Amino acid sequence: MKFCDFVQLKAIKPKLSATNKEAVIREMVTTLVESGQLGADEHESIVEAILKREELGSTGIGRGIAVPHTKHPSVRSPVGAVGISPSGVDFQSLDGEQVQLFFMLVSPPDQPSDHLRALENISKQLQDETFCRFLKQSKTAEDIQQILEEADNNQFVS
Amino acid sequence: MSQPTRTATVTISNPQGLHMRPAYQFAQAAAKFECKIELIKGDIRIDGKSVLSILTLGAAQGTRVAVEATGPDADQAMDVLEGLLSSGFSASAETGEASAG
Repeated sequence: MKFCDFVQLKAIKPKLSATNKEAVIREMVTTLVESGQLGADEHESIVEAILKREELGSTGIGRGIAVPHTKHPSVRSPVGAVGISPSGVDFQSLDGEQVQLFFMLVSPPDQPSDHLRALENISKQLQDETFCRFLKQSKTAEDIQQILEEADNNQFVS
Repeated sequence: MSQPTRTATVTISNPQGLHMRPAYQFAQAAAKFECKIELIKGDIRIDGKSVLSILTLGAAQGTRVAVEATGPDADQAMDVLEGLLSSGFSASAETGEASAG
């Protein structure tokens, strides 16, 4: 599943203003509402579901990366948001480091294979140092979208 | 001097596949051992101590995955890791993710 299948331009935040974990999650869910991929009336319930998932163990998987996610019946296919925090946010990551790169994923509960394929793509690309560095250096949503497009075209991972 | 190697092939049994919680659970269990742990799916071979690497397998329910442990404590590692994969992980990992994501 390519980035273009689940990340829209309006759901890309090159400069997150949030400075703590819950605020980052709220800000990113807001972008999904603004991009029209989530209903405004679902905002709170999705924020709560993602926070509840974080309680089971942080999705901050190290190297400045977090993949906050949930399964939620309001979506029919996986939807994603990308956010960058230039200064970094404490996300209780496994390695204790601050997180700069956030990939949020909301998937339908009844399609575990789609969720896995979206996670598979995100994790493959995030293993590439150049991909991560380019994202962190991006200043605009358009720049980030272009990097995601290049990733979709296998320009980072062989 | 060659290191002891043990391998086992298991079928992913949990309905949600190897998503983030079980990937984390596996990597955390693997990291407790000194030996090198790798997961093999088809011609892909990855570091079994890395959550990110395990996620790249995209292993859904029914996928056949081989575990290979190489090193002094390979026997003990395989006993734990093979059990973890074939048992479908702990109830908390699976139900937690199913309800909360």
